[in-house]
Amino acid sequence: MAPQLAITLVFFYWPAGQALYQSMLRQDPFGLRTRFVWFANFRKVLADPAYLNSIQVTVVFSFATAIVAMCVALLLAVMAEKAVRGKGLYRTLLIWPYAVAPAIAGMLWLFLFNPSIGSLAYLLRSLGIAWDPLLNGTHAMILLVSAAAWKQISYNFLFFVAGLQAVPKTLIEAAAMDGAGETKRFWTIVFPLLAPTTFFLLVVNTVYALFDTFGIVHAVTGGGPGKATETLVYKVYNDGFVNLILGDSAAQSVILMAIVIALTAIQFRYVERKVHYG
Amino acid sequence: MKFFGFAAGVAATLTLLSTTSAFAVTQISWWHAMTGANAEVVGKISKDFNASQSDYELVPVFKGTYPETLNAGIAAFRAGQAPDILQVFDVGTGVMMAAEGAIKPVAEVMTGAGMSFDKSQYLPGIVGYYSKPDGTMLSFPYNSSSPILYYNKGIFQKAGLDVNNPPKTWNEVWEAAKKIKTSGAAPCGYTSTWLTWIHLENFAAWNDVSWATQQNGLAGGDVELKINAPIFVNHFQALADLAKDGTFKYGGRTSEAKQIFLAGECGIFTESSGGLGDIVKSGMNYGIGQLPYDTDAKGAPQNTTPGGASLWVFGNKSDDQYKGVAAFFAYLSKTDVQEYLHQKSGYLPVTLAAYEATKKSGFYDKNPGRETPILQMTGKAPTDNSKGVRLPNLPQVRDIQNEELEKMLAGQQTAQQALDNAVTRGNAAIKEALEN
Repeated sequence: MAPQLAITLVFFYWPAGQALYQSMLRQDPFGLRTRFVWFANFRKVLADPAYLNSIQVTVVFSFATAIVAMCVALLLAVMAEKAVRGKGLYRTLLIWPYAVAPAIAGMLWLFLFNPSIGSLAYLLRSLGIAWDPLLNGTHAMILLVSAAAWKQISYNFLFFVAGLQAVPKTLIEAAAMDGAGETKRFWTIVFPLLAPTTFFLLVVNTVYALFDTFGIVHAVTGGGPGKATETLVYKVYNDGFVNLILGDSAAQSVILMAIVIALTAIQFRYVERKVHYG
Repeated sequence: MKFFGFAAGVAATLTLLSTTSAFAVTQISWWHAMTGANAEVVGKISKDFNASQSDYELVPVFKGTYPETLNAGIAAFRAGQAPDILQVFDVGTGVMMAAEGAIKPVAEVMTGAGMSFDKSQYLPGIVGYYSKPDGTMLSFPYNSSSPILYYNKGIFQKAGLDVNNPPKTWNEVWEAAKKIKTSGAAPCGYTSTWLTWIHLENFAAWNDVSWATQQNGLAGGDVELKINAPIFVNHFQALADLAKDGTFKYGGRTSEAKQIFLAGECGIFTESSGGLGDIVKSGMNYGIGQLPYDTDAKGAPQNTTPGGASLWVFGNKSDDQYKGVAAFFAYLSKTDVQEYLHQKSGYLPVTLAAYEATKKSGFYDKNPGRETPILQMTGKAPTDNSKGVRLPNLPQVRDIQNEELEKMLAGQQTAQQALDNAVTRGNAAIKEALEN
């Protein structure tokens, strides 16, 4: 057997099969009593208002994170292009945050915005904003999006810088000769030429926000206040590992697996085909 | 499938090697969740136990927070690799009790090893909580605590409050908190850790009102929550009103509020007696009072219930291992060990002898307030409302309560709505957990 296949079997098919089997069981935490219930767990999960809320939270969180991370990265990349001296240093510094673990990024933002000891929270308060992510769901979401987006900016920055370098200088110079200002040049020439990069990043960022942000949610809000920041991935953890309802949790992770498969299919079908670099 | 057989064989060989290489010394594994000063206590007790005899070696392993430790134990059990001893927090007691095939009752471990086990030597309130309805003791109480009131004497002085007289009732707390806020002595009057444990579970016991049917779940069967009774609603409405202008400040679901108190932001604070270590370390001029009670309650103050954690022994281990566990529990019950644990950590001594010895040594005269949690818990014989609370899914029910209370404190719903929702959602979750 090819080693790649063995690894896929052990690390994907086996656990995925287990999850599928578990999702049709009702079981006590210790596995002492087990009942086979077919799709009852799925019916229950999909009828649960908390799950529907979680879907909504996840959609808001993922798009907000993707859009914030991409806008800031694009701005920084355009600025980096304009820098005359210290370009390399500027870029290196901007790429660094990508090496930070999600949980640590989360803690960093948590400290900055901690209502009692955070320096940025203090700043907000002195501006007259009643900053309270512990009780205000919108504030908690803003905090979470900032932390998640901050971590992704470096990655996007890298791709935008590469994308910008591929924009032919001759086109920009020609437009400049024709009297197009800087803003006009950006929106009519640079931005359309960046579209493939932008689309690729949109998919990557959304997938990142969907599945790769557990550490940040866990460190910053734990899904609270109420259920205001409980994303789908976090709910799988919470129901399975905190509340010990293994059947529900497994059913949710099977649903997530279906979402990942669908997203991957979309990516292969549309993104890989339509995106051309340079 | 050859591959898996091989992996299992390697794992088995490794396990054998690790046990035989210790030269006939039986290793006892103890998974725990203690951090900071309390982790030092675990380390010292284990070292001293190992030095006191040569047949067993106790190996403590830190497994993360309380919920993480419980999950690690459960996952290990499912994989057939359970530790000998697992520290499980109070909330997980119902989970462990429901798993009768997985655990071995402490009473059986002790008698099986030929040791006598006299329950009357232990603090009754604590022993009762960790026993089956028929009285069989299931787990060994390691660290027990009770919620008490702490106050910042500096802030009290600035606000013109009596420094030697902490508020005794909730109404007095609200008044004092308002005074602290309006006088500008501190930006907030009152804060609290663990709202579910202190303001629901202990509030019910201390005021002798029912938290749920079936003796709060201790008598078993299908349980229904009672926390939307008027006394709870009035209490939480007062809290919600104070939260509006910041007189009460919410810190989070577990012990996050301790930071707010330590930073000098709030003058009054309710928290576990086990949290004392950090307050002492901070060097604050603090005072301790009893947990406040509600003047509307006829029987108040009744008694508080134990929090903290106990040690559970897993089933299907060898006789040698059980003998080692029994030897460790016997060591842990020794008066000087309990005295050390109690005085160093702020947790309660679990034996009466250790309590008496600490009293005699003059420790409480030098450290007024350290006796408060013990007196609270043992002052009166517990009623059906005050023996503790137990559900097969208490972590989940507490989560539901926290969510509803957070929405209330954010001003999205009234106390009545929050508690009604908590009861409806909680009852549904309990019913479902019982079906499993």
